[in-house]
Amino acid sequence: MRMPRLPAIRPSEITAERFFHMRRDLLAGALGLTASTLLPARASASAPAVPLAALKYTRNARYSATDKPNTFEEISSYNNFYEFGLDKSDPAANAGSLRTRPWSLTIAGEAAVTGTFTIEDILKPHPLEERIYRHRCVEAWSMVIPWVGFPLADLLARFKPTSRARFVEFTTLLDPKQMPGQRRSVLDWPYVEALRIDEAMNPLALMVVGVYGRELPNQNGAPLRVHLPWKYGFKSAKSIVKIRFSERQPANTWALSAPGEYGFYANVNPEVDHPRWSQASERHIGGGFFAARQPTLMFNGYAEQVAGLYKGMDLRRNF
Amino acid sequence: MSNASPRQPGSIERRYRFLYKPLLFIACLVPLAWCISGTLGLPVPTLGADPPRKVLGILGHTALNLLLITLAVTPLRQLTGNANLLRLRRMLGVFAFSYALLHFINYVGAIQGFSGNLIVKDIYKRPYITIGFAALLLLLPLAITSTNGMMRRLKRRWQSLHRLIYPIAILGVWHYWWQVKKDLREPLIYAALLAALLGWRLWRRQRATSRSASPTAPGTA
Repeated sequence: MRMPRLPAIRPSEITAERFFHMRRDLLAGALGLTASTLLPARASASAPAVPLAALKYTRNARYSATDKPNTFEEISSYNNFYEFGLDKSDPAANAGSLRTRPWSLTIAGEAAVTGTFTIEDILKPHPLEERIYRHRCVEAWSMVIPWVGFPLADLLARFKPTSRARFVEFTTLLDPKQMPGQRRSVLDWPYVEALRIDEAMNPLALMVVGVYGRELPNQNGAPLRVHLPWKYGFKSAKSIVKIRFSERQPANTWALSAPGEYGFYANVNPEVDHPRWSQASERHIGGGFFAARQPTLMFNGYAEQVAGLYKGMDLRRNF
Repeated sequence: MSNASPRQPGSIERRYRFLYKPLLFIACLVPLAWCISGTLGLPVPTLGADPPRKVLGILGHTALNLLLITLAVTPLRQLTGNANLLRLRRMLGVFAFSYALLHFINYVGAIQGFSGNLIVKDIYKRPYITIGFAALLLLLPLAITSTNGMMRRLKRRWQSLHRLIYPIAILGVWHYWWQVKKDLREPLIYAALLAALLGWRLWRRQRATSRSASPTAPGTA
């Protein structure tokens, strides 16, 4: 659990998911049980109705953590995506109703190029890369995820934001028919998140379209989501339909919902506790019952890349 | 405790002892069995990608459910006139304590990784954990004095001591309420049920005192 210098990690060091599962099967076999009798509920829980298409991508070792990635099973069955329900297992169960094609993305606000674009037009010019990112939830648990995507900065640059574009706002799809969780007003729908433009342009900010070499499962924010590994997970908007450049700081959903508990910045910070729990350490998903907690790192271990963005700011006040 | 009504001889008592009580005992073990078999990978409803957290929830919910069910025994007895229900109450209470204790042990071990420092800080700094811990501490003397011998020895004081169940239940629901992130539906349901169970008792008491104040009323104490 180190992440500092973004050192080289050889692709050969990463266990491909299929081999990981093969190891499981072998273990189960050794116990005299086949994997299918041992894990029926689990296997079916994450099997998508339509198999997820494989993506073409290259590995970006420079921006990949050396930690061992969580399994696809864990990543796709343990989600906070309130649009599909409040329980961690709800999104995997309910996100089948989301239609990710056709999909369009609207660009608005302080940019030279605005309008509505098909997802095909949005994705076409961007070569995909895999980055293994550390993911830290504000609820003090963490995962390591091999995303497939491209730099958010490359996408934003295409719309030529003007000098007045100081913030970038992301809006998630609003459609209670496809997103059953939106039928209840747990949050003020649609879900909105935002970044300062220099945060959005940081090379770590990733526009994500896949995981484990395949298209994103719906419950992970298909077809288009961001991931900001130095911030708490709720900052990374999912199933994005709109990007707006603005001069004034937009309000973000969780900060509106509980301003004392969730701020605009939401940078991972072990020294600034959530009012109801400590952020000094985290539980890594997959550790089971006897794993020790891990210490949480400043900016989730990405301080070297992003600390400069917050120079001179009081991070206790701007939580 | 043995006040089987005169028109029904020993048979109903035996049914409680040898049928209903064992069945309830098995039912009370189901959540624990789910946690254990889920952890072992047996084909039960999955505990998901984060079993320690799921188990924490199952144990906590079960403790709270059993607390409320224990509190429902007296109102049910009064409503139905079935005094035999009391034969089940002690077991329910002891199970409530056991699940609360397992919930705490799971928190200490699987959630906080046996870090004494973290746990002490949590209990001291996090109000919802302070409250939960207080509820567990208060349950302890009730569990210890749940035996027949203790009941005999403590006599009248036993009942006063066991009235602690009321503040304990309030703390338990409060503990749940404060740690929910967003959706208050479930804590609200628990709070409403608890309010009904405690309200029933207040209402009965009020009625009893106002009746005994009037000279013609038969004693209902």
